[in-house]
Amino acid sequence: MSGPNSSYDPVQVTPLGEEEVFAMRDAALAAIAAASDLDELKRVRSEHAGDRSPLALANREIGALPPAARKETGARVGQARGAVNQALAVRQAELEAEAEERMLVDETVDVTLPWDRTPRGARHPITTMSERIADIFVAMGWEVAEGPLVEAEWLNFDALNLGPDHPARTMQDTFWTEPAENHVVLRTHTSPVQARTMLTREPPIYVVCPGRVFRTDEYDATHSPMFHQVEGLVVDEGITMAHLKGSLDHFAQAIFGEGITTRFRPSYFPFTEPSAEVDLVCFVCRGSGLVDEATCRTCRGEGWIEWGGCGVVNPRVLVACGVDAERYTGFAFGMGIDRTLMFRHGVEDLRSFFEGDVRFSRAFGTEI
Amino acid sequence: MRAPVSWIREYVDLPDGLSTEDLAAKLTALGLKLESLTYPGADVTGPLVVGKVLTKEPEPQKNGKTINWCTVDVGDANGTGEPQGIVCGAHNFEPGDLVVVVLPGAVLPGGFEISARKTYGHVSAGMICSARELGLGDDHTGIIVLPPDAGQPGESVREYLHLDDEVIEFEINPDRAYALSLRGVAREAALGFDAPYTDPAARDVPEPNADGYPVLVEDPEGCPVFVARTVTGFDPAAPTPRWMARRIQLAGMRPISLAVDVTNYVMLELGHPIHGYDLDRLQGPIRVRRATEGEHLTTLDDADRVLSAQDLVVTDDSGPIGLGGVMGGATTEMSGSTTRILVEVASWDPVSMFRTGKRHKLTSEAGKRNERGVDPTIPEAAADRVVELLVQYGGAVADPGVTKVGEPPASPSIRIAASLPARVTGMEIGADTVAENLTAVGCSVDGTEDLVVVPPPWRRDITDPFDLVEEVARIVGYDNVPSVLPPAPAGRGLTFTQQLRRRVGRTLAGAGYVEVLTFPFVGTEAFDSLELAEDDPRRFALRLANPLSAEAPLMTTTLLPGILETVARNTGRGNDDLALFEVATVTLPHGGPAAPILGVDRRPSDGEWDDLNKALPDQPLHLVLALAGDREPSGWWGAGRPVAWSDPIDSIREVAAALGVEVDVRTGKQAPWHPGRCAELFVGEVSLGYAGELHPRVCQALGVPARTAIAEIDLTALLAHAVAVVPAPEFSTYPVAKEDVALVVGADVPAEEVGRALREGAGALCESVRLFDVYRGEQIGEGRKSLAFALRFRAPDRTLTEAETGAARDAAVAVAVERFGAEQRA
Repeated sequence: MSGPNSSYDPVQVTPLGEEEVFAMRDAALAAIAAASDLDELKRVRSEHAGDRSPLALANREIGALPPAARKETGARVGQARGAVNQALAVRQAELEAEAEERMLVDETVDVTLPWDRTPRGARHPITTMSERIADIFVAMGWEVAEGPLVEAEWLNFDALNLGPDHPARTMQDTFWTEPAENHVVLRTHTSPVQARTMLTREPPIYVVCPGRVFRTDEYDATHSPMFHQVEGLVVDEGITMAHLKGSLDHFAQAIFGEGITTRFRPSYFPFTEPSAEVDLVCFVCRGSGLVDEATCRTCRGEGWIEWGGCGVVNPRVLVACGVDAERYTGFAFGMGIDRTLMFRHGVEDLRSFFEGDVRFSRAFGTEI
Repeated sequence: MRAPVSWIREYVDLPDGLSTEDLAAKLTALGLKLESLTYPGADVTGPLVVGKVLTKEPEPQKNGKTINWCTVDVGDANGTGEPQGIVCGAHNFEPGDLVVVVLPGAVLPGGFEISARKTYGHVSAGMICSARELGLGDDHTGIIVLPPDAGQPGESVREYLHLDDEVIEFEINPDRAYALSLRGVAREAALGFDAPYTDPAARDVPEPNADGYPVLVEDPEGCPVFVARTVTGFDPAAPTPRWMARRIQLAGMRPISLAVDVTNYVMLELGHPIHGYDLDRLQGPIRVRRATEGEHLTTLDDADRVLSAQDLVVTDDSGPIGLGGVMGGATTEMSGSTTRILVEVASWDPVSMFRTGKRHKLTSEAGKRNERGVDPTIPEAAADRVVELLVQYGGAVADPGVTKVGEPPASPSIRIAASLPARVTGMEIGADTVAENLTAVGCSVDGTEDLVVVPPPWRRDITDPFDLVEEVARIVGYDNVPSVLPPAPAGRGLTFTQQLRRRVGRTLAGAGYVEVLTFPFVGTEAFDSLELAEDDPRRFALRLANPLSAEAPLMTTTLLPGILETVARNTGRGNDDLALFEVATVTLPHGGPAAPILGVDRRPSDGEWDDLNKALPDQPLHLVLALAGDREPSGWWGAGRPVAWSDPIDSIREVAAALGVEVDVRTGKQAPWHPGRCAELFVGEVSLGYAGELHPRVCQALGVPARTAIAEIDLTALLAHAVAVVPAPEFSTYPVAKEDVALVVGADVPAEEVGRALREGAGALCESVRLFDVYRGEQIGEGRKSLAFALRFRAPDRTLTEAETGAARDAAVAVAVERFGAEQRA
């Protein structure tokens, strides 16, 4: 800053009349109101409220006025400047809001455009069903037991009261491995895990075991050389068939819904005695055998669905597995997981589980 | 087992009005599971009557066939009383014969509707029927010619033909061999309805004497009882009575000839297999012994069988004439000229029967019963019943000689506390009920609290107290078992490993992978396709003795064949963009010792248990990934991103990160990966497996898309490194100092190693080293590349000065320079 501005003449002192000040103010207010965007408002601000604006200049001149006129003029100019500044602020906010509004409108997109850039993954329904089943039992305090798929013949058969000449061995078409004298098989059921559990834990035993099993069945819509079972085993003092029934009823309801119970039919398994087959009240027709007056397709009109096998652990099995058969009793059950999924979800062809067509698993998502 | 209901009712007086459905339901509840219920005859409706052939005019046709234009008297059955004109293609009848006529309006099996229709120039108003057309058997060689006493023309012939019956087919469990007979099924029905029962095996039989056919049993353990009876003067042309043939047919067997049918009929009736010999073809006394190893026998099915020393054989002076209890021999088979018959009813050792059947892959109705165990006290009754029927229907004369060798073994005595059934089943079952029910199944019961029970001879399956519990329980009714939750103690939940496995699957599904489950069966071709070297350990696979397919006899050692086959199947179905994973065990044999067959009368010793487990192949869990097509699809936003060699590597890292594990990536070399695009993945110094791009040749050979990317790791090994408890991180809140460096190195220097050199050199202040650019080009020079890294430095307790950061950066670069001759670019 070097000296006064050339356009400024401190000597020329003109008194600021009311009208003049009001005119300056009104001109400013009009210009503010007329400003249609933020750029224009910026120009108006500089013109009417900037350092060189008439009101600013008038303000500066106040000091040169006689003391008597200073107060009145000062107040007048101050009020006018105040009005202008407030109008500017209001207009600024208005225009900013408008600008934002316009920007948002401009940025509008078609949100219905597909955005399927992330491929959908899925776990296999057999995996998720196995986990769901495990969770049901874990919630009751049971644990999940496991064992190898390639298993010792003794565990798959002998320890389960299936001696070498037991006719029931022919019921389970076994994959044998070479050399035969190694006595190693692909497990035909999850039951060797029962034996393993009893051999490695002390009662009370409450375990459930989902897993893969193998049988020499030709591969078709209802048979597969590989499928999945879930086995349950309880060994404790005072265990009865009633506890078996209670556990299965609970299991059935957890998977198929309230009110779905089970019934037992006498059957035969070497590792249980007494043995039973388990039927499930059809969860579609709820036992009536009819859906809309037509034969229920899920249970073929029987009202019941065959679900699996079960029974009281044969004391011979307890003995072979080192459990005191005088003190403890137990029960065991086994169900097909693939089969359970088939009738629960209407899977028509067992091969769907093993073909790996991504459309199949994706339909089930990541949980069941 | 198929049981005609009319036959069941012959031995048990079932309640009036009992429906067959209710009968089947009751028997199912008792343990004879209903397999199917059929109503033979129900598929024949409408007029089916006796017809008398009046005229029969043979008329040769242009097609070479001769048909017969017949008029048949069907009485008033046609409503007019006039003879019925019928065209018949069969020739085995003459005018005057009685035949079976089905009239218009009737329906035959298969929905075949009968109407008057024009054929061969006549209006044929009905049909003269063969047995097959009526569903009465296989015979279609001619029409049925009825005997003169079959009825008057026009009378219904249904009853005469035994057309209508109801048949319950049961699935019989191995422990209920007694139910493989009408005797057994009827007994269960009697039990179920508390109905009067007549045991068909209870009959007066002639005493054994010395006049019977000579029989020597050299192996009484294998054949505890052998009964032989003989008849002479049998008429081999005598027909099987229609009711007997029909019952045999309804029971699922095929009527053959009277002599054979009688033995089968009595087997179905009593459950005891019976064998008939042509007595004229027997040479000398019968001997029962074990076969000599390598002996030959041609069995009834015309198979020449080489016998084992464990097989029980029936012999005469000519050598073996039958596989005892399993199948007879051809040389002494009854034929169309047999007039003298020896009837054998022998009790055999079930285990030997099972082994012989298995060894010779022979399943027969006799073998099925003998290997499960038949009532050893009824051979005399069965033989007598056969003789009776041969006499009655075949005009035979029974010889007075009766041979019986051996005595049936005594049934065991079983001690059982009367409280046991209640204790095991959870039902309230009093001691009285226990004794009553056991008596009802045929046991003799002694005592009140501690019972001594002797099971009946037809229940050889009952050996243990728990077997008796089942008998009591099934009669009390399984439906009465209450439903009570067991009092499980507090569990520990899923194990850490079980939780981790779920985490792996969820992580991959979250990353867009779809899980598949494949069969573990492969052939060597699968390994060849993967171009595994001859000495690749993955070729050392466990072999199945009885694979389903000869092409896939091995248990796979790698999950790649299965998942790549799945890729090919998916792309074949138009599922082009794929990210698949599978978690499964592989089988890695170690050529170790055999698994012992241990005793079952006690717990194995620790040593035995170890031996057993050591004998099993290693079965680690593997994780395999396969990607093809686009990892991200193209769309309106622009081009997609094709699957790259790096995707499976990154996904394995992602899985590892979910387990709290950091994976090192090093340059790898392994089939079937692309030799220049294969990473070996490590945790510390433990190699987990490989990831990268599939070899282009392998892609082609397996029919999977080019640039398919794969990974396979030992998941068991990875899980072992999972972090159970993550320590909370500590980090500085002082400002970060960033330094970028660009290093020019040889093109073959792995970036990961350069990065590691920088980290090592940068010292404790270095927070991270991240590669952000790779550049190759003229400015850099042939065979070289520029790697640009972003380094971040931070101190825990102060703001770093420029000098400190610069010094750390220079130290980092220095190590890279020293190790790889790297040049820093300006």
